[in-house]
Parts: sequence; structure tokens; C-alpha cells
Amino acid sequence: MREEIVVSMEEVESAYQKYRKDAENGGYYLNPDVEFTRGLVHGLLVNEKRYGYPSCPCRLAAGRKEDDLDIICPCDYRDQDITDYGACYCGLYVSYDIFKGNRRLQPIPERRLSYLQRQKAKVEVSVAKSAGISALTLPVWRCKVCGYLCAREGPPDVCPICKAKKERFERFI
Amino acid sequence: MKIEHVPGRNAGKLMLYALSTCIWCKKTKQLLNDLGVEYDYVFVDLLQGQDRDEAIALIQKWNPDLSFPTLIVNDKRSIVGFKESDIKEVLRP
Repeated sequence: MREEIVVSMEEVESAYQKYRKDAENGGYYLNPDVEFTRGLVHGLLVNEKRYGYPSCPCRLAAGRKEDDLDIICPCDYRDQDITDYGACYCGLYVSYDIFKGNRRLQPIPERRLSYLQRQKAKVEVSVAKSAGISALTLPVWRCKVCGYLCAREGPPDVCPICKAKKERFERFI
Repeated sequence: MKIEHVPGRNAGKLMLYALSTCIWCKKTKQLLNDLGVEYDYVFVDLLQGQDRDEAIALIQKWNPDLSFPTLIVNDKRSIVGFKESDIKEVLRP
């Protein structure tokens, strides 16, 4: 058994304020149910201490960063889930409608593929790309968290829009 | 695998696979507690090695997505996610 990880109230409060501020600055909304949201932030802090990165508290992390990149919060699926269901999978980020209390939050179905399906999809994408198209002078990189696109030799160290790290970029074209 | 038992009214065999960090799992546990039923649970994120592999294989038989919470009722059906009305319906006295 892994040992339980202790996170203090102060740590939760300060991380919660940071998530809230970053969400506001980025045009996102945190779940207005403060107790629920603090619980999620607590889970994120536990995961950060346990794995070294804040993977989604509502998903089982592999504990290997390369296999968990897509579920490091904010996960690759956040924007699509907010569009389709009004909230991301764990419920940390919500749509404006839910933020305003016009709609009630429901459990969100999992859209992340299983491990085997993800591996298969990766191979298919890389084959499709190497089949190649590009007469562009530079490759185009896409931030998988917020969708930001840039044409340059390699992805930036940090996404200038959402601050996701370099490893969250994929070659888009 | 260390499975925790919560005593209560017998409403059939209930096995809850959960994550210690997950709010929806917490809500599900709270609902089972409020309903006063007897159940077993395990926090899969706290398992390691063979225990973890075994738990994952068991869950995937019912729920290939390996998502949480997964509640197995009487080894017959599974309820995936905090589906309050489904859970209440199945556990109605």
C-alpha cells in the first residue's frame, strides 16, 4: 500500500486561489461549489506530491509521466468536455452556464481512450504525418491543452497562452 | 489486496473501486453511507505491484475504460460514475 499523503489546509487554500486566478486570466471558470473544488485541489496536491505532477484526481495515474501527460491538469480533454458536458471530467473547470448556476453539474463520461487504444492512436497519427503533406517552410505545433498554434522549428518551452509546458505540444502539421 | 469493509444493512454484495483523491468517488461512498448499506471498497491508487494489477484486471472486466468510481453489484452489474438515481434504485430496500 502507498502511504497516505498529507496536505495542509493552507496549501489547499493557496493552490485554490492560484487555480482561480489562472482560470479567470485564461477565460475559464472554476466550479463555483467551493467545497467540491477545494476537494479537487486537495487531490491535485496529493498527486503532485505522490507522482511529481498534478495528474487528474479522478483518474488512475500510471505514475510514469510519459503515460500521464494527457491527464496532467488541465488535461487534454478539458475544453472538449466543457463544450459537450459543461465541465471537465473531474468537475474542476465548468462552463459559464454552470458557473452562473443555470445548469446543474452531472457526472462526465470518460473520453480518454484506454492505454492500448492510446498507443494505437499514437502510431496511426505518426504514420499519417510521415505520409506527409507539407510544403510549409516550418512545422506547426499545437498546444494540446488550449489549442494554441505556432509555426517554428520546435514548440516553445511554455505555451504563451495557457502556460502549459513544452511536453504538452504536438506536431500539428 | 486490502479491502475495507463498511458495516450496514445487507443490500446484496457491493464492491466499490475508488480513488482516494477522487471527489466523485467520495460522493459515491457518502451516498452508500447515507443509505446505510454494507459494502466493501478499495482505493486503487493506493495499491501497488500485484495488488494493483489484480484490481485493474477485475475492474476492466466490468468497465474497460478503467474509470472511477466503479461499483459492482452482486457480481452481476456495474454502475460507473456517481449515478445517484441508479445507485438508489438498485439498493432500494
